[in-house]
Amino acid sequence: MEASKVIPTAPVAEFQPKILALVCTYCTYTAADMAGSARMQYPPTVRIVKYLCTGRIDILHILKAFEAGADAVMVSGCEAGSCHFLEGNLRARERVEYAKKLLAEIGLEPERLEMFEVAASDAPKWVMVVREMTERVKKLGPSPLHREGGSPAQVAAAVQRVVAQ
Amino acid sequence: MIIAERKPFKEIQEMVAPYGNVLIVGCGTCVAVCLAGGEKEVGLLAAQLKLARNLAGQAGRLGEITVERQCDREFIEPLQESAADYEAVISTACGAGVQFLAALLKEKPVFPALNTTFIGVNEAAGHYTERCRSCHQCYLGITGGICPVTMCTKGLLNGPCGGTVAGKCEVDPERPCAWCEIYERLESQGRLGQIEAILPLHPHSRTTSPGTVIHPAYLRRYAAHE
Repeated sequence: MEASKVIPTAPVAEFQPKILALVCTYCTYTAADMAGSARMQYPPTVRIVKYLCTGRIDILHILKAFEAGADAVMVSGCEAGSCHFLEGNLRARERVEYAKKLLAEIGLEPERLEMFEVAASDAPKWVMVVREMTERVKKLGPSPLHREGGSPAQVAAAVQRVVAQ
Repeated sequence: MIIAERKPFKEIQEMVAPYGNVLIVGCGTCVAVCLAGGEKEVGLLAAQLKLARNLAGQAGRLGEITVERQCDREFIEPLQESAADYEAVISTACGAGVQFLAALLKEKPVFPALNTTFIGVNEAAGHYTERCRSCHQCYLGITGGICPVTMCTKGLLNGPCGGTVAGKCEVDPERPCAWCEIYERLESQGRLGQIEAILPLHPHSRTTSPGTVIHPAYLRRYAAHE
């Protein structure tokens, strides 16, 4: 055998988490948009699915995201008391708390799911929560459910399909 | 309606652990309203089982189907065909539905996903309370629409007992005394005299075997089976 046939292994890339962000259009999406316009830098680990209100977010959407290979899911809506639909964000919080219990039951770290509140004007906070979540998931490591081919776009597409149902 | 609660996930998981392909059958009536076993809950249970099985590296397909009611033969009969490809079935119906489905799919193990709790009412979203023990003899007409069998902790037909304290029950001081409520209700309706009527012994004998009701209009049709 020729020694030249040995293929040099590529340097192991740092784990880049795939985080799905389910956000409301009125607050967090606006903040994320502003962060983009202002050229604020944050890790390229999140893919955003925009909802009219976080109150529309179903526990099934969250579970399907994990099924599709997401390392973490963050739900982010308006600050308490400022929901465009009065209490959609409060309902989302209740659902996220319940979904965390469901994740714990199956043996997946509930920390992979978190609810945040980011006001429309608070682009720096959006940058902060994405950094926080990215650091948290890097410490947790890839999702044990992670399958090859589960690209962030595919994860987002899987959730879009569930939402459209 | 019938109120039920979902069993702990671990219990369901262990019941179906030996089986690969499992069909989860939902029920779209009572248990759908009390958020325990309708289409949505079937979806959640299936998603949870899928994730748990992926984590454990267990293969197998999880099917989902929800019928209008599992306590009606016409709705569950088509399930014989649907269940053909599966090794086991999980039913998210009340105990009646699970038994009816198990009787239909004789060759197949059918597992309950819920604990059936009581006949009750929807106080508010996600909040259910008991109202009826299906005791075969209704007294609501003479007790002001408050059931002594269900609402009195001791099920007394001629109350209140000596344990009532300031309108609360001695068994649980948080709980109102049903007989005090009956008294107040009858008084407010100007028919307090009714409370003096002594109710006879409750016909417990009727509840000792599985009940059967045949509508008078169908007596001739089913007489041969009786």
